[in-house]
Amino acid sequence: MTVSPAVPTDRYVPPRGWYKRNEIRVTPWLFLAPGILFFLFYVIFPVFQSFNLSLYKWDGLGEAEYVGLRNYQELATDRAFETSLWNNLKWLLLYLLAIPAGLFIALFLNQTVTGIRLYKSLFFFPFVISQVVVGLVFTWFYDPTFGLLNTILGWFGAGPIAVLGDPTLATYGIIAAGLWPQTAYCMILYLTGLNAVDPEQVEAARLDGAKGWRMLWYVIIPQLKPATFIAFVVTIIGALRSFDLISIMTNGGPFGSTRVLSFYMFEKALSEYGFRMGYGAAIAVVLFLIMLLFIAYFLWSMWREERGR
Amino acid sequence: MSSILKGAALAVLMGSSAFAAGHSEPLTGDLTIFLDTSNPAPRATMEEMIGRFQEMHPDLNIETTIIDREAYKTQIRNFLTASAPDVATWYAANRMRPYVDAGLFEDVSDLWAEPEIAENLASTKGAMTIDDKQWGVPYTYYQWGVYYREDIFNELGLEEPTTWEEEKANCQAIIDSGRKCYTIGTKFLWTAGGWFDYLNMRTNGFDFHMALTQGEVEWTDDRVRQTFANWRELIDMGAFIDNHQTYSWQEALPFMVSGEATAYLMGNFAVAPLREAGLGEDQLDFYQFVQINPDVELSEDAPTDTFHIPANAENKDNARAFLRFVVSAENQTIINGGDALGQLPVNAASSVDDDEMLQQGFEMLSSNSPGGVAQFFDRDAPAEMASVAMEGFQEFMVFPDNLDDILSRLEQARQRIY
Repeated sequence: MTVSPAVPTDRYVPPRGWYKRNEIRVTPWLFLAPGILFFLFYVIFPVFQSFNLSLYKWDGLGEAEYVGLRNYQELATDRAFETSLWNNLKWLLLYLLAIPAGLFIALFLNQTVTGIRLYKSLFFFPFVISQVVVGLVFTWFYDPTFGLLNTILGWFGAGPIAVLGDPTLATYGIIAAGLWPQTAYCMILYLTGLNAVDPEQVEAARLDGAKGWRMLWYVIIPQLKPATFIAFVVTIIGALRSFDLISIMTNGGPFGSTRVLSFYMFEKALSEYGFRMGYGAAIAVVLFLIMLLFIAYFLWSMWREERGR
Repeated sequence: MSSILKGAALAVLMGSSAFAAGHSEPLTGDLTIFLDTSNPAPRATMEEMIGRFQEMHPDLNIETTIIDREAYKTQIRNFLTASAPDVATWYAANRMRPYVDAGLFEDVSDLWAEPEIAENLASTKGAMTIDDKQWGVPYTYYQWGVYYREDIFNELGLEEPTTWEEEKANCQAIIDSGRKCYTIGTKFLWTAGGWFDYLNMRTNGFDFHMALTQGEVEWTDDRVRQTFANWRELIDMGAFIDNHQTYSWQEALPFMVSGEATAYLMGNFAVAPLREAGLGEDQLDFYQFVQINPDVELSEDAPTDTFHIPANAENKDNARAFLRFVVSAENQTIINGGDALGQLPVNAASSVDDDEMLQQGFEMLSSNSPGGVAQFFDRDAPAEMASVAMEGFQEFMVFPDNLDDILSRLEQARQRIY
């Protein structure tokens, strides 16, 4: 006959509380709670509020009037909006030049010479100073009467050009100003990336006779992929966020030719002559959808990366 | 019986309030004042003025907040609804309409019914009136006109012009001497609005200009085209400095100081920086914008800065006493003096500073502006129309050939906005 093991049935077991029973599952959420709450209130909630507001006509003071999709209809015929959209596209494409430029400066600076730290920090300098200062510096640089650019052009006998006064050139002028700090940013990303390049692979490639461009293209750049990804993300977002340079350098002018969506939204909704909250919200929604496209792509490729490991 | 009593009580009340303007009973309680006079000289003037009011009412607890002038323009929307002060500065005419329509400004027609204000402030009453009621009081205004380099005019043997033909002949002589006639910086657009104001008022008259800014006339109207045709004459002559679309109004000043351009259509506030930059008494002078169409009466731009009582204010009686004090003849003389704001007093009983420009401006506005006094394009027109239109003016000044396109765009905007 088997005897069941002695179980101390008389020992009192205090009932475990709900929290104790679920501790493992609940604790992460508790830690996340403050972040989630703030994210909900300051990001998610306003996004939906903007969607809602874009269906109204509201001056920020009186009663909001429901107008359905009329704000979007007006956007479709608004030439200033069209200009802003094209300018956003120009920003997106041309701003990406910061990535190769940053890479080449990083390659150039990635050597051991006396004082290289100093040179590196000098190259990084434009990213440290405020965008407003960058804007002012470039405004003076472009100035048609006393600017450095026209002085230099003058040496070659080229006539003075008012970069920021010419509606066809102004946007490119501002993008060039924006590239200056953005290149520095990409450079730093690549410099750290280059530190992580495996010297053995470089050595092996060298033994196999790779050098110059082929070495760069087939050995170095693939190893810099994480840095390239981050540089791509920050540059795209930077291009879509461009606002301060435009505000400082041209204030959207001449005659609105340098506006981008974010600046146009500000003008319509919040500036001195604006206060069309609904229309501004409609512009913001369009900008949000464009950003969403990129952000979804980034998230997707990050997720794929994680799973690949 | 009771109506007689009421009438008598009212008379006593009115009497006492009129009396209060001069030697008021000491006030008690609180008074919060929000100001947008953030530039150094206006700021000091306002602080000094409030200091004097405090001396008259030692038991009154005055709290003053001075907000950056540009930031104020957006903040006013918040504080009028949320935590209203008792007194706030703003601008006259259409610029106050959003707040009047939203019921955020207090109706102060009662102040304007008091004889002291009714008699002495008549000239600015129109600018403070919306829907037959007055919504605030002015505290200063200034003339616009052509400020020019007297020494260059003398050198070229030119006289102050009074007609459009003389203006153009002068300008041709100036261009022939290798200079530009007018400096201007249109980066922030409103300066071009000044030119449009004058050209349109001189071409079509004050009433037409007001009808246009109120949205009652089509922008594609032939009379509007005539205004632009006149403007184009100057543009085609090369009268304006190049690349003006890249400069602010301050950045356009050096052209006048260096003599590369000889005149500036501007408000009187341009005089101080021009003098600081070294232009002396015999180098800087002023003339009224010339007549273009002899059939219309001359009218002027004279933007007015104002004080209002928010509808949500808590101490409205104190605020009214303060407004009476601000517009009183004595105070107007002090705050608009050359060592203070250096502008024109709104009270007819106060005296104008001895300054050459102010004297000429006062003379012009009080005796040579029979057509009327406009505020300024962006104060007379609704904000949204103003921004679209001024952008059009800037484009026109650079590419006059785009006129048809610009006007049809403005007409589209007009139909949507009004």
